Amino acid sequence: MKTKKKINSNNLLIMITIIMFIVMYAIGCFVYAGKGFAHVQTFLNLFITNAGLICVACGMTCVMLTGGIDISVGSLIAMDCMILAHGMGVQGWPCIPTIILILVIGVIFGLVQGFLIGYLNIQPFITTMAGMFFARGMTAVICTDQLSITQEQNALFYSWANAKIYLPAFLGYTNNKGKVMTPYVRPTVIIALLVVVVIFIVLKYTKFGRSIYAVGGNETSATMMGLNVKRTKLFAYILSSFLCSIGGICYCLNTMSGSVQQAKGFEMDAIASSVIGGTRLTGGVVNVIGSRFGVMINGTINTLVTTNGKLLSSWANIATAALLCFFIILQSVFAYFKNRNN
Amino acid sequence: MKNLKKVTKQQLFLPIFCLFLVLLVNLFKDPSFFGISINNGVLYGRIIDVLNRGSEIAILAVGQTLVVAVSAGTDISVGSVMSLAACGTCMVLAGFGVNTTSTIQVPLIIGILFGVALGGLCGAFNGALVAKLKIQPMVATLILYTAARAIGLLFCNNQITYIRYEPYKYLGNFLPGCPIPTPIFVTIAVIIVVMLFLKKTALGTYIQSVGINSRAAKIAGLNSDMICFMCYLICGICAGMAGMVASSRIYCADSNNIGLNYELDAILAVALGGNSLGGGRFNMTGSIIGAYTIQAITTTLLAMGVSTDQAPVVKAIIVILIVVVQSPVFKSWLGKRQAKRLALSKEAA
Repeated sequence: MKTKKKINSNNLLIMITIIMFIVMYAIGCFVYAGKGFAHVQTFLNLFITNAGLICVACGMTCVMLTGGIDISVGSLIAMDCMILAHGMGVQGWPCIPTIILILVIGVIFGLVQGFLIGYLNIQPFITTMAGMFFARGMTAVICTDQLSITQEQNALFYSWANAKIYLPAFLGYTNNKGKVMTPYVRPTVIIALLVVVVIFIVLKYTKFGRSIYAVGGNETSATMMGLNVKRTKLFAYILSSFLCSIGGICYCLNTMSGSVQQAKGFEMDAIASSVIGGTRLTGGVVNVIGSRFGVMINGTINTLVTTNGKLLSSWANIATAALLCFFIILQSVFAYFKNRNN
Repeated sequence: MKNLKKVTKQQLFLPIFCLFLVLLVNLFKDPSFFGISINNGVLYGRIIDVLNRGSEIAILAVGQTLVVAVSAGTDISVGSVMSLAACGTCMVLAGFGVNTTSTIQVPLIIGILFGVALGGLCGAFNGALVAKLKIQPMVATLILYTAARAIGLLFCNNQITYIRYEPYKYLGNFLPGCPIPTPIFVTIAVIIVVMLFLKKTALGTYIQSVGINSRAAKIAGLNSDMICFMCYLICGICAGMAGMVASSRIYCADSNNIGLNYELDAILAVALGGNSLGGGRFNMTGSIIGAYTIQAITTTLLAMGVSTDQAPVVKAIIVILIVVVQSPVFKSWLGKRQAKRLALSKEAA
């Protein structure tokens, strides 16, 4: 009976997140009906623009589950984009080896960070902060200009970026020129959704996922249970950086460019999404599905502000922060009641 | 040998050693680093530049040290709060929505106090979340990290507000007739006030005891929550002061650029100062030396022609080296190796 109650309080947070997303979107549809907010395409655009963030938030969720944090993700994405843009655009490398290179770099990056955090017991914040400096600096070392990838430079990558996967036509609408617009998604969306499903399964049904939960719940008892805490942490950070590299490729497919200033503040977006999605920051409680909805809420706020057109863009930041505040306080209220019941 | 060990065991050894190393590199690379000249009645030189430009980081590091000591967490909102304080001051001085002005609406001191008070308010908000609601410091301050800069933009009506009023420039540049840059005085004043506060009252000891074990401190009769709150408040006020200096330097409120990435430098300064980021014992002097070391590194790199964008690579490597050397795991490994070597040499003998 008691365990059932505990699960409910965690699920409640995710329920609140999902309901909030639906309400927010409904308000958007109602207020900005004339500006195309109610179209299926607008909804799908949320996925398209945030595909990279969804991947990154999944990795961040795993790391936060162990009670740590990874603030290097934004810079790592910038570095990935720069390597892609410089490698394919300037050096003329072929597409697939470059992408494999990016993924390998992600794993190595995570390996170093995970080793420092897991085996040398250095605070996650400091380690990943150094990683953040390093990746951002390396981006500038590769090239300080803004590079873009054009069709002539790499046709395959370009075709991936512009590929459209059409949904059934009955979801479409007729635009003001009388042309029927069929809603579509980009390949990045498929990648992002695949990542969510895989991570969900890994966390729920594999030994590795279970040990992450155990480490986050209570490190000492996890050690006593015979789990290898150090190795679990190492793998969590490798996973985060690897997913971040996938996110970086998605991001690059969206922007088709690389620059030093890219994806600044991305790590905070990812953390905010995880928190809004119900991740307990002290570790141990998490749901990847919730994180995905956190990203969607973030995206909806941005879309609402840009659709309005008159509001300053800083309102989006303020709204995100207010929401973050609300969810954090909600979490601590729940924790308080839980403690009192016990 | 024994004496050497005694010296290296000192907490201040690491920050002073780092600073010394940076200066040594400069001595070999380009001795003109140490040259000081007087142009137009004010002091010029790289050393002066380090002291001057390092002011903001030093002021922030003072507040950050307390926060780290008391709550084993970091306040990542300080950079954004700097920007908010600067925008608040410029809005009060120029009036809302004014782009550029050469006359001020209210006395200068009121504007500056308003900015510092805004910083204090932000600190109080963070403090309430951390002390009362027991939220992880990094996450609690994430709220203002996101929001403060945006609110600052609203204050300035999404533009850069210029205050072309001569006395406003004094704080970040030079007082008339004084050859030393004013930020150095501001930093010294902040350090003296906080140091007096810590040494003359029992607050310093209280902060350490709360940081080491907050529950034990509570049982011993300390108001842990209040002490934690105070630290965040002081940190916010320090951020406000740093914001004033940064804004006065460029006599405007550039919300997007003031205090950008300063939170990271401030945290780095604390770590470099030999303070454990796990809270508890702290050493203010170490943090301040750490702050100037960071500025010295930045200035050196810029003097060597490394671009601002590329400098972080070097910074990252330095950070990793420092934390690895400091980590207990590495130290015990080193100790074991030494013991092994001793045993081997004994066997050989």
